Amino acid sequence: MHPAPSVIVFTTLSGLGFGLLFFLGLGLPNVTGWVAFTFFVIGFGLSVAGLLASTFHLGRPERAIKAFTQWRSSWLSREGWCAVAALILMGLYSIGAIFFAQRWGLLGFVGALFSILTVFTTSMIYTQLKSIPRWNMNLTPAMFLSFSLAGGALLAGQTALALISLLIAALVQILYWRQGDQALARSGTNIGTATGLGDRGSVRAFEPPHTGTNYLLREFVHVVGRKHAEKLRIIAFSLGFFIPVVLLIMPVNSVATKHFLAAVAVLSHLAGVATSRWLFFAQAEHVVGIYYGKR
Amino acid sequence: MTQLPHSTERKLGLVIDLDTCVGCHACVISCKGWNTENYGAPLSDQDAYGGNPSGTFLNRVHSYEVQPQNGHAQLVHFPKSCLHCEDAPCVTVCPTGASYKRVEDGIVLVNESDCIGCGLCAWSCPYGARELDVAEGVMKKCTLCVDRIYNENLTEVDRVPSCVRTCPAGARHFGDLGDPDSDVSKLVAERGGIDLMPEQGTKPVNKYLPPRPKDTIEDQIDVLAPLLAPIAEEPKGFMGWLDKALEKL
Repeated sequence: MHPAPSVIVFTTLSGLGFGLLFFLGLGLPNVTGWVAFTFFVIGFGLSVAGLLASTFHLGRPERAIKAFTQWRSSWLSREGWCAVAALILMGLYSIGAIFFAQRWGLLGFVGALFSILTVFTTSMIYTQLKSIPRWNMNLTPAMFLSFSLAGGALLAGQTALALISLLIAALVQILYWRQGDQALARSGTNIGTATGLGDRGSVRAFEPPHTGTNYLLREFVHVVGRKHAEKLRIIAFSLGFFIPVVLLIMPVNSVATKHFLAAVAVLSHLAGVATSRWLFFAQAEHVVGIYYGKR
Repeated sequence: MTQLPHSTERKLGLVIDLDTCVGCHACVISCKGWNTENYGAPLSDQDAYGGNPSGTFLNRVHSYEVQPQNGHAQLVHFPKSCLHCEDAPCVTVCPTGASYKRVEDGIVLVNESDCIGCGLCAWSCPYGARELDVAEGVMKKCTLCVDRIYNENLTEVDRVPSCVRTCPAGARHFGDLGDPDSDVSKLVAERGGIDLMPEQGTKPVNKYLPPRPKDTIEDQIDVLAPLLAPIAEEPKGFMGWLDKALEKL
């Protein structure tokens, strides 16, 4: 798949933002006034920036409102509903925390639920696609959810929760890569089934339909970037999980240093997740590539 | 509504004969010609006369080489367009309801005025049947020439999809694959028509007829061959002299 910057930015930022909103909704940390204001600005900023970025890949963004109509069948539509519900609920909840120094617990809990549900619906947009075996796995929502919770806990300053969730996310990431590498072969789709000629002998793409490129090749066949996949996996894993964990367990006495290290951990995690998300798209093989003799 | 209908009254679709297709791409051109000026937005081209031409097509012809265990390789030309699947994943993923499958004939269509161009339907299609038009920003796909097959302004012989009408080899057939007594259904039964990527669970309506096995070339083509062997004898007399004289020139 073509790793479009808009979807990478969208899934990375909104995942982190809704992760933070999830913890804020649960009262972790239980903040009020200016501190709450800062936390909520970061949470809303990240999630809204992500959602806005996602509209950049639309061919007709002016009609985006129509995407709310098909929640019965479409995960993309459900994601839209969950995101709007989460932002409204958390918006109301933040008013209580910022202006009235009150924690409206039930509202926060429901808001947290919708925040994490938004991340789940995002992941299901990818998971539902049988045409992309590397995404069509149970580990895809597990990865999106664990990344969002790890990043959220890190941003919310929940050191113990952040450590546990980072370790879980790291484990899910390794499992996802391991299982993902075998997904295409395991799907049973190959040039034999694609052409229906597989039982007659070995099939080879002899001539493409055209000498130039087309929408399908631009969107679904991305071979060049996979060359450095192994190195990028190491970078993604180090930045996303290893460095943040090391920074979290580092024994520091001064509060200022602790805050500084936490900020570095967040930025490192963000860069790691963005790299991992880039690989998520760049390494995903759409079966249509088989018709062109490419993956 | 982007929920799929439980069943459709008819299952209109194409039957493509891989044995007969000669790979001339006439169906590709006729499809583009008809569909760029009829139903919906035109099929745009980008840099059509420049160094990197590309454009929107609803039908494309691939060519594959099949190498059997023993014997000669075979070249198979392979036209591919929307298969109008019964379980079309492109319909259910659509967030706006622009993508739908018709109850009356099973044709999968896009209502272009509702399409936001998110591309998710093209992502979900394992066959690459949908292409996002760069100029228009909306999804384009085969309509089974819905503006021809019911069009009473056309003579009856023309009320078939443009690709079928054009195919000079007669490799493309159009009909109701839901009716077991239709010509296309009989053809599929007789020739052992197949689904593409059956493991994807899309239940395509369009069927492909596999190529018939190639004739085997034996040492002796025919029992009468020895009797028909060409007789090339050295010319004699005047013709012999002429042959030699001309040879020396």
